Amino acid sequence: MAELGLETTPLRAQQMAGGSIGDYFALMKPRVMSLVVFTALVGMVVAPGSLHPALGVIALTCIAVGAGASGALNMWYDADIDGRMQRTAARPIPRGRITPDEALAFGMVLAFGAVGTLGLLVDWTAGALLALTIAFYIVVYTMWLKRRTPQNIVIGGAAGAFPPMIGWAAVTGSVSLESVLLFLIIFMWTPPHFWALALYRARDYERVGVPMLPVVAGPEETRRQILVYSMLLVPIGVAPALIGLGGTFYAFVSVVFGAVFLALALAVWRGQEGREGDRAAKRLFAFSILYLFALFAALLAEHAAHRLLGA
Amino acid sequence: MERVTEEDGQKEFERRRRMRSIAIALVLAAMVAMFYVATIVRLGGNVFNRPL
Repeated sequence: MAELGLETTPLRAQQMAGGSIGDYFALMKPRVMSLVVFTALVGMVVAPGSLHPALGVIALTCIAVGAGASGALNMWYDADIDGRMQRTAARPIPRGRITPDEALAFGMVLAFGAVGTLGLLVDWTAGALLALTIAFYIVVYTMWLKRRTPQNIVIGGAAGAFPPMIGWAAVTGSVSLESVLLFLIIFMWTPPHFWALALYRARDYERVGVPMLPVVAGPEETRRQILVYSMLLVPIGVAPALIGLGGTFYAFVSVVFGAVFLALALAVWRGQEGREGDRAAKRLFAFSILYLFALFAALLAEHAAHRLLGA
Repeated sequence: MERVTEEDGQKEFERRRRMRSIAIALVLAAMVAMFYVATIVRLGGNVFNRPL
């Protein structure tokens, strides 16, 4: 070939070479995966009963791979709009490093592998919940709601809220009020979190026709809805302390972080258009991640300490 | 822009294909280990609890 003097550009050569391991890893949305693993771990640790550590590691691996499958299938379906959005333009499919068919096959193999393995080796209730999570994220959120309604992330957020329930089910083999409460915390957290992002990324979404709330209803209505959901979220965040799932430390963390969350949501609500408004939205977006992490970490720390001291 | 020959492209293609094959082999080995460990954990002492 080289003797023929055929030459190509580095980009074309990259595309011809197929995806690297890193590209396939990026397809699994590793940052989302890490949050999923963390919340699932908390679900496992706070659940009553015990699970052999080896089975616990297997369960977490399956949940992580299931989340990765969701990411890959989401990128397969959304490849057309990903390439036109600043935030997602560098993903492997828009860059031509992985073909949509490869992403679909990769996602499907991971999804069936993760669900089957979790069901066979750990628990079928957990396996069924993982299957529901993947199906919900892909079919309900990505295919159905995302491009049709500004309520996309409100309903679709359920997919991101299932992991602690899966972790809980891996240990207990069932679903209970406590695990539903963990679900509700993430479910109510999702709208203010993503709408804060959408407030300063509205143009991106508008360009590709995704009807995020700021695009459809305007920034003022979005800021109002962020405040409403934040006011619903904070009491739900404190609720584990009220039903005995969390202790004093958790109560303290959830109240303090909840107060800051509300203050930032109020600042967004009162906020102006332009840079000042964007800054308030960015602050809320960044803090919302810390808020969720702090609540789950507090639960984890309390239950881990209880088990260690009780042992 | 720096030009890349088809030969370079072929080498890169083969290198990535080899890496993907190794990754698949490692994942399969990990799955075998997972099923083995889970079987032992689930059976526990019952492995020895049978008439010989």
